Amino acid sequence: MENDDIVWSIINKSFCSYKVNTKTQRFCRNEYNLTGLCNRSACPLANSQYATVREEDGNCFLYMKTVERSGFPRNMWEKVKLSKSLEKALRQINEYLVYWPGFTRQKCKQRLLKISQYLIRMRKLRLRRQKKLVPIQRKQDRRERRREEKALVAARLDSAIEKELLERLKRGTYGDIYNFPQVAFNKALEEEEDAEVNMEGDDYGEDEENEGEEPDEDIDEELEKELEEESENEEIEYVEADSDLERELESESDLEDIEPKASNSVKDNTRRKPRLEIEYETETLSKNPKRTV
Amino acid sequence: MESAENAENAEVLVKPPTLTASDRLAAKKRFRTQRRLSTMKNKVLRNAQWATLKKRSERLLFHFIGKKEGQKQRKKEAEALGDKAPPKQIPRTIENTREADITTVDRDDEEVTFDITHDEYESYFSKTYVPKILITSSDNPHSKTIHFIRELTKIFPSSECQWRKRSSVKKMIQSAKEKDYTDVVVINEDRRVPNGMLVSHLPDGPTAYFKISNVKLTKDMKYKNIIKEFTTHRPEVILNNFQTRLGQAVSRMLASLFHYDPQFKGRRAVTFHNQRDYIFFRHHRYEFKSQKRAALRELGPRFTLRLKWLQKGTFDTIEGDYEWIIAGKRHEMETSRRRFFL
Repeated sequence: MENDDIVWSIINKSFCSYKVNTKTQRFCRNEYNLTGLCNRSACPLANSQYATVREEDGNCFLYMKTVERSGFPRNMWEKVKLSKSLEKALRQINEYLVYWPGFTRQKCKQRLLKISQYLIRMRKLRLRRQKKLVPIQRKQDRRERRREEKALVAARLDSAIEKELLERLKRGTYGDIYNFPQVAFNKALEEEEDAEVNMEGDDYGEDEENEGEEPDEDIDEELEKELEEESENEEIEYVEADSDLERELESESDLEDIEPKASNSVKDNTRRKPRLEIEYETETLSKNPKRTV
Repeated sequence: MESAENAENAEVLVKPPTLTASDRLAAKKRFRTQRRLSTMKNKVLRNAQWATLKKRSERLLFHFIGKKEGQKQRKKEAEALGDKAPPKQIPRTIENTREADITTVDRDDEEVTFDITHDEYESYFSKTYVPKILITSSDNPHSKTIHFIRELTKIFPSSECQWRKRSSVKKMIQSAKEKDYTDVVVINEDRRVPNGMLVSHLPDGPTAYFKISNVKLTKDMKYKNIIKEFTTHRPEVILNNFQTRLGQAVSRMLASLFHYDPQFKGRRAVTFHNQRDYIFFRHHRYEFKSQKRAALRELGPRFTLRLKWLQKGTFDTIEGDYEWIIAGKRHEMETSRRRFFL
């Protein structure tokens, strides 16, 4: 007991390895400290009679230190396991610390209360979903961002999307919505002509006449007249049977751009791509010339 | 002397024809001397040097031969030579030099196409059902995430947004199944910004987690009030550049979030474009100006996705069967800069 004051005078004034000084407070890092502050009444080194409550794995223990055992550092602290229920534990503290100074008793009970509260909270949190904190690796993050930018530049999105859309238009997925005169048809025609030059076919395909079908609906009468005139001019070049002439009328009426010349003679039915199968009705063919007249 | 002069004149008159290696070297040299020009502190001397330099190289002033000029020259040469022109040089790109993947899908291979078409999305692609999507967020979403989710509900047709009230994903999936949803999308948030997207196909479908980056909302787009151009027509989906089996799986998953029957009259196109494992999402309104040109107007948000993992069943991080995951395996997976997985 007598050393308490001496110890305190030394610790307080000069050095204590458990002491932590901050701007406003002095803390005690000693694990047996009751309040955590560096005070005369709360210092475990400067009090031969001392008690604390500590928690281990969810169990609360009451530690007590008495003068009698101050010579045996090994057995100095007496450890008592407190009950898990708060009420019982408080009663236990009262029982063990019955003749102890009020400060220690009060602080022990407060500490027990705090500990039990945080234990309850921990248990509740464990049951809930926890947000998993994933640390950001700066280098990876930077690398990914840069690669994304580069990929964006390489992607050339607008042109890719445009290309895809045009391809869909060509393929005919949009059906009849768009008014481009026979988009697929024109394409196929061009391809045909390329393929043809080598070929000799005798079939004047029905398709030839079919080609004439669709433009009928789209073209005005005046336009038709003009086109017919043009086609008439072209007719002069051909030396073909009459039946072909009519067909040519139809085919040429809409296809001014295309050089039909030799091609007309050689349209081969079998070379036609399947997607160009258009139904042919002979009647409308004859209608046309009447209309222009 | 005369001849020398003539020679000089001749030099000046003749334009440097082709850019040979020696030409380039000369240009570099000139460049270097010019660098020295900037270190000359004496103004008189500096100006004199500059004058000589300018006189010497009229076209090759500041840099050695510029890219565009080189291109033009090469084009001219090619035209001049006609058939004999050397083949056009193809620049080496990352896409060109991509490491060949065993799982690249070959359209002609029947087995592969059979496998692909008969996965969990078969019922979608055979048009038996209409997708119904539930979109949620993580707890306490902030304004950006909220806006983002609202926009997603406008993009995915037949989608509903519900706020997460501290329910776990597994429970959410259960209740969504009971209410006949076909897909669940959960947007994860970090630092007030959406950063992750979990897509889960409901009746035991695959689950994928993407990392979202570069989110740009509709209100931040170039055109003001573009939100007025949003219609309720069902958009058509464009999936570009998904080459491997994994890529196909992911693309089918993303496609199945939209209605199988788009309304072409609405002229809305939603694109998922894969480039080097980054999936760029764009939402456009298109208009065909002619057969060769289409005009695009960007509506809607844009964001980038990056696949983090793909799981076979519904969400189960502990016992789930991961088809592909890169989270802890970066060193194994990212072996080369030319290796991509999608």
